[in-house]
Amino acid sequence: MNLWLIPLLPLAGAIINGLFGRRFAKRTVSAVGLGFVAASMVWTWVVTFRFAGLPPGAIPHIENYAPWVAAGDFSANFGLYLDQLSLLMALAVTGVGFLIHVYSVGYMAHEGGYYRFFSFLNLFMFFMLTLVLANNYLLMFVGWEGVGLASYLLIGFFFLRDSASSAGKKAFIVNRIGDFGFLIGLFLMVKHFGTLDFTGVFGSASKLPMETAGAGLLTTLGLLLLLGACGKSAQLPLYVWLPDAMEGPTPVSALIHAATMVTAGVYMIARSHAIFDRAPAALMVVAIIGCATALYAATIGMVQHDIKRVLAYSTISQLGYMVLACGVAAYSAGMFHLMTHAFFKALLFLAAGSVIHALGGQQDMRYMGGLRKHIPVTFWTMTAATFAIAGIFPLSGFFSKDEILWRAYSSPFGAWGYWAVGVFTAFLTAFYMFRLWFLTFFGEYRGEPEPEHHPERGGQEHHAQPHHIHESPKVMLIPLVLLAILSVGGGWVGVPEVLGGSNHFEHFLAPVFEEHTASAAEEAAASPAEPTGASEITLTVTATGAALLGIALAWLLYYRRRDLPGKLRQRYQTAYQILEQKYYVDELYAATIVWPVVNFSRTVLWRFIDAGVIDGTVNDSADAARQVSDRVRRMQSGNIRSYAGWVALGGAAVIAYMVWLGVR
Amino acid sequence: MIPLAYYLLLSAILFGCGVMGFLIKRNIIVIFMCIELMLNAVNLAFVAFAAHWHNLNGQVFVFFVMVVAAAEAAVGLAIIIAVFRTRETLNVDRVNLLKL
Repeated sequence: MNLWLIPLLPLAGAIINGLFGRRFAKRTVSAVGLGFVAASMVWTWVVTFRFAGLPPGAIPHIENYAPWVAAGDFSANFGLYLDQLSLLMALAVTGVGFLIHVYSVGYMAHEGGYYRFFSFLNLFMFFMLTLVLANNYLLMFVGWEGVGLASYLLIGFFFLRDSASSAGKKAFIVNRIGDFGFLIGLFLMVKHFGTLDFTGVFGSASKLPMETAGAGLLTTLGLLLLLGACGKSAQLPLYVWLPDAMEGPTPVSALIHAATMVTAGVYMIARSHAIFDRAPAALMVVAIIGCATALYAATIGMVQHDIKRVLAYSTISQLGYMVLACGVAAYSAGMFHLMTHAFFKALLFLAAGSVIHALGGQQDMRYMGGLRKHIPVTFWTMTAATFAIAGIFPLSGFFSKDEILWRAYSSPFGAWGYWAVGVFTAFLTAFYMFRLWFLTFFGEYRGEPEPEHHPERGGQEHHAQPHHIHESPKVMLIPLVLLAILSVGGGWVGVPEVLGGSNHFEHFLAPVFEEHTASAAEEAAASPAEPTGASEITLTVTATGAALLGIALAWLLYYRRRDLPGKLRQRYQTAYQILEQKYYVDELYAATIVWPVVNFSRTVLWRFIDAGVIDGTVNDSADAARQVSDRVRRMQSGNIRSYAGWVALGGAAVIAYMVWLGVR
Repeated sequence: MIPLAYYLLLSAILFGCGVMGFLIKRNIIVIFMCIELMLNAVNLAFVAFAAHWHNLNGQVFVFFVMVVAAAEAAVGLAIIIAVFRTRETLNVDRVNLLKL
């Protein structure tokens, strides 16, 4: 099936644009950048078509291309793995990725480094596709690290700005902490399973019994993999890089930090389900972290002023939902939300970019307002996405979020506590998203006449001309419309049975997770508190009610009684400040981790060891050589009588030696 | 017979005088004379040993030493004349153009 084309085509685009792009015209750069990604996307569709024709026994379809590591008993190959899960991810990545590439042609048209942007974007596609299609953990880790690299390059794209390059570094370093956990997990796998191939690892894992005591190989593996996922998918405690990553251009935020890279952690957990299914303690930790993150990020997102920050915290929160779903072993629900979230979150970011572009660089919502008359297409598409993320029937977000909340309650690993937190977070989600909606598009325009005179208020554009508010060009609007269609209709593939659908999505992914669904079916049949269809409807109605309540509160505070937020802020000053300052977590990390490490590096490692010991050794030995030679040089004094003296001394020494020999 | 030790003692004293003069004197010609003195002291020692052991090797070696001394004297005087022509002095301390 030539799966290798899917990741390697964008790599070719990255190399061409990277090496020669500086000399190309912008049109050529765009053509190269879009062309290779489009080719990869089309090939993915061809592969999908052929996949549909495969008999069930031929799935997963594995292609091995070349040996890579062969060390004693351990070997790893370059190979790709195609099953429903990786096909789904490949479709999402190439599809949404291509739309964002198209959008970037318009968005980045006035920026410098155009070729560099597309080269990095294509490079990211290559690594992400390697990650999702790899057939062993080692190649997946290559993709894992590579998307981290691409993220660093793209966040720090405007590298002349201090905040951007710091944000890039922060993202990479925090990711590395997660990768440390991931690597230790890989080492454990090599030690105990002897291989990193998916088939090998999952085969060995499935022979092990369920670990109920809470500690054991599979639990440890699960927790280590979770640490990796926390770094990549921005969960507690490693989420801090994602809000800062908004320093990158908006298409980057849409692609990497909403739709694809941050979902790699969720994909990895779903892929490793054979391990997690047998480690309930690890699953519990996953679920707790997921739902805690979802709630935590939603509270912060409520009071942010920068439109992209709100969306960033929203992403963290929605990722928390996906991780929660995996934590109750409802992997297909998590993947469903991953897919719908890719649609509406990418759309939200791209539309936000359209708003920012229309306002000439303004990102602060306090200076927006009343824009729906000026930028109608952006308004309507963003409206679709906002309703979708709030989980309103019949948009996509409703079905996926509802599925997760239902499973959080009813799964054998679920608990009503997860559901309760999830519903409350849904309320908060609806609230802050509609707050964003009302602040941006309704009311009076609160902007300053010439926003480009405020360069550091989060503005990232370098437009020189003053801007009247104008709609974005078609090349930016078409992806918005397409994503809006997907946000509205994308959930209809997963309508649950209780609402009359046949849940195609879950059945599609079922063979991947099948041993779990088998055991869950047994457990569900055996457990006395078997959930019924009626209770699912009740839960759905409650969740929808919570979302509507959030919308109503936002309507009240940001449309009807605009004075209320100010008064509330005055009354609850401390609480507001804690939320606005993001619970001071960044400051906490800076004080407890960053400051000691930096100081240790500066005083001990740099001044003492590097400059003192290493440089000192080299310098001192050179100095010693110079001093010795200084002394010895005085023998050559130019004074003949001293030469005569040395000759006489030498002669006397030789005679003494001879005498001593003779005496002996 | 005169004991060997007396000859050797004389030779040692002469050699010592030669070394001392070689190190202390500042006139180049006097330094050369001291070198000759050292060589002759050594000749005396050789001859004394040859007579003591009734072995002609010592005497033959004296010839070699004398030849070397003669050649060295010739070359050395040529050098002294060359030095005198450039430095206008026979004070060995003034021949110090290679000084630090």
